[in-house]
Amino acid sequence: MTCWQCGLPADALFCGGCKALQPPPSGYFEFYGFPRKLAIDSAELQRRYYALSRQLHPDRFTRRSAREQALALEASSILNDGLRVLRDPVERAEYVLTAEGFAMPGQRTKDVPPELLEEVFELNLALEEMRSGDASARPALETARSHFQSMLNGADSELAGLFARWDESGDRAELARIRGVLNRRKYITNLVRDVNQALQ
Amino acid sequence: MQTFQIDFSDSKPKRIVGIDLGTTNSLVAYLSGGKPEVIPGPDGDPLVPSFVCFPPEGEPLVGNTARRALPLHPLATVFSVKRLMGKGVGDIEAELPLLPYRVTGTGVVQIHAGGQVRTPPEISALILRQLKMNAEAALNEEVTQAVITVPAYFNDAQRQATKDAGRIAGLEVLRLVNEPTAAALAYGLDKRKQGVVAVYDLGGGTFDISILRLHDGLFEVLATGGDTHLGGDDIDNLLLKVAMEDIASEWRAGIEGNQEAIQLLRRAVIEAKHALSFVPVTHIRFEYGGRRYERELPRDVFNRLITPVVDRTLQPCRQCLADAGVTPEQIDEVVLVGGSTRIPLVRDAVARLFRARPHTELDPDQVVALGAAVQAGVLSGEVEDQLLLDVTPLSLGIETMGGLVSKLIHRNSAIPASATENFTTGVDGQTNVLIHVIQGERELVRDCRSLARFDLKGIDPAPAGFARIEVKFLIDANGILNVSAKELRTGKEQSMDVKPSYGLNDGQVESMILESIEKAEEDFQERQVREARVEADTMLAAVEKAKNNDAYWDLSDEDRAGISRGVNELLLVYHGSDHHLIQAKIGELNQSTMALAESMMNAAVSNALKGTKI
Repeated sequence: MTCWQCGLPADALFCGGCKALQPPPSGYFEFYGFPRKLAIDSAELQRRYYALSRQLHPDRFTRRSAREQALALEASSILNDGLRVLRDPVERAEYVLTAEGFAMPGQRTKDVPPELLEEVFELNLALEEMRSGDASARPALETARSHFQSMLNGADSELAGLFARWDESGDRAELARIRGVLNRRKYITNLVRDVNQALQ
Repeated sequence: MQTFQIDFSDSKPKRIVGIDLGTTNSLVAYLSGGKPEVIPGPDGDPLVPSFVCFPPEGEPLVGNTARRALPLHPLATVFSVKRLMGKGVGDIEAELPLLPYRVTGTGVVQIHAGGQVRTPPEISALILRQLKMNAEAALNEEVTQAVITVPAYFNDAQRQATKDAGRIAGLEVLRLVNEPTAAALAYGLDKRKQGVVAVYDLGGGTFDISILRLHDGLFEVLATGGDTHLGGDDIDNLLLKVAMEDIASEWRAGIEGNQEAIQLLRRAVIEAKHALSFVPVTHIRFEYGGRRYERELPRDVFNRLITPVVDRTLQPCRQCLADAGVTPEQIDEVVLVGGSTRIPLVRDAVARLFRARPHTELDPDQVVALGAAVQAGVLSGEVEDQLLLDVTPLSLGIETMGGLVSKLIHRNSAIPASATENFTTGVDGQTNVLIHVIQGERELVRDCRSLARFDLKGIDPAPAGFARIEVKFLIDANGILNVSAKELRTGKEQSMDVKPSYGLNDGQVESMILESIEKAEEDFQERQVREARVEADTMLAAVEKAKNNDAYWDLSDEDRAGISRGVNELLLVYHGSDHHLIQAKIGELNQSTMALAESMMNAAVSNALKGTKI
């Protein structure tokens, strides 16, 4: 890569010669200078975020050329988008899975994980009773909520274990397992939200 | 080989001013030797009331003169226009009966006042133009670049309308800054190095709450919330309603529909409101058509009346704390902004909620403008150790099947922020795709705010699902959405039409700019010519006076001829419209009178020494 402004070789965010901002890498791991791993040092991530913000925020480029202003806008948006994705374990895993070619379900997934079929069936009955004004379903819903909450916690620690295994082996089979847990987790999150709404 | 870029065109960087474009008052400030300072207007008052009056004859009046004109020309005076920025008529129906001006329009609001029809950005532009002129007069240079503050909770349309207003006024708006964030900058709270700060900003028309984390000069907004239609105006309207009901029963005839009377009464209730911030009891006094109305207003009655308004600020505060992930105990400092925070009940409510005594050292009416000036310094490079990292107040989404919202960028995301989404065609041969962009937190499109419709057009006819168009939604550092699209197969930029739901399109803004820029430039030029003439007058008078002095006649014939040549040349250009030429001739005359000035000085000195014992 050479600098767009002075033509010198440029391999960092800023050209070593003329100091011009270079087109930023669009991958979040590359942008932050982290290896492509599912486990991340979140304190170091936050530290790099602050340091890069000071360098890249568009406020720093008001007196520069239009080209550099556009690059600063692009770089800052990758910086901010990247922090949001990388600091959250679920979003981070989804980001890696998508990059590795795994299809991820949308925001409103309706596919019930098979192992939850029975529980979900009963839960839906209770939810319907509650919504139709039958308060006797409340205790059942409260029990279900704490049950699903603990399933979520279980999913999180299961994810942490799988993250470590993929970081170690790079085996795609681990990614497939991670996707299974993520799908189940997303489904349960939606259930908890529905239960919370019904209980309000 | 290294190359150096030298820009000869603009050796002195342009000054950037900071502007608080408020609902009730507006101010302009600048950074003077590293410290922000507000700039007073010609009447010495830094507060320029956000009032515009279109008198039957002559130029529109702005500021104090327009406010004074309100009872005289109630149907020709516009105030609180900020509440209409980026809105449709349907949004403001409830308060229309209390506004003296008439509004119409299907998209952008059209304001009818004094026989004129203007959009809110055009009215705001008149206020901005006044601030620009005040700054130019005080700084003695042309001002073309500004930072303008907006409520943190302003949506895209309201921000765009503010930016349009700046452009119409002949100002390049380099940054829109959120008012609470600006206030935090003004307080220079970074001296703490680390800490969590809440900024509670209750102004004339809008309410904002922001929670920030300070980190060695970084002002990182964690979350923001508010209500763009909640403020001192609502308190005024409550008082106005009560007083109007009183009057209707006392006088057996109401003043509804009589705008002159309503606006006089509005002034009376505002005076009473202001008084109650300092005294425990006051009176609303009003006279109209030879009749008097007077009512005692103790603070506890006032407090009961306005409690619902104050309570409406608390829910956004709690939500903001939750979004920021902090508890009230973790808030280290609270900053109060906006004139309505002078109300004791408001201060008590804030202190109770955040369990901290709020900062009130800086004038709540000025603190936002001062912060805008600091931000102007950040942009110009004068302030190097501070930086704002702000967030978008509302989630951004697109309409999907069944009128549902698919969220792309969530509220309280740090900006700039972006999201991409791929689109394709649904039927064979389809050549355009319509994208409806919304802002808001609700699940259904009809409960959110429509921002704009983007029409991706000119798609090559092909079987359904063949086209692959990637649309990038990017919220910039001003909190304004930029949308671009490309066809992924060809890599070509995809063309599109943008139809803002409540905004002006580019063509409309352009024509408004043309109208007003010509005027603004004329104004500036005219003023510079006038100033040059004043200077010439002073110079010519001094030369004339010197002719009575012996020193003048002691000069060589050549020197005297030089002076009268200088006077004649200055008189020749005096009535021209080129101030540079007038200045040049003043300079030349000054040169040719050097010898005269010197000998007059010597004579004066020796005269003064005469009779002095040494």
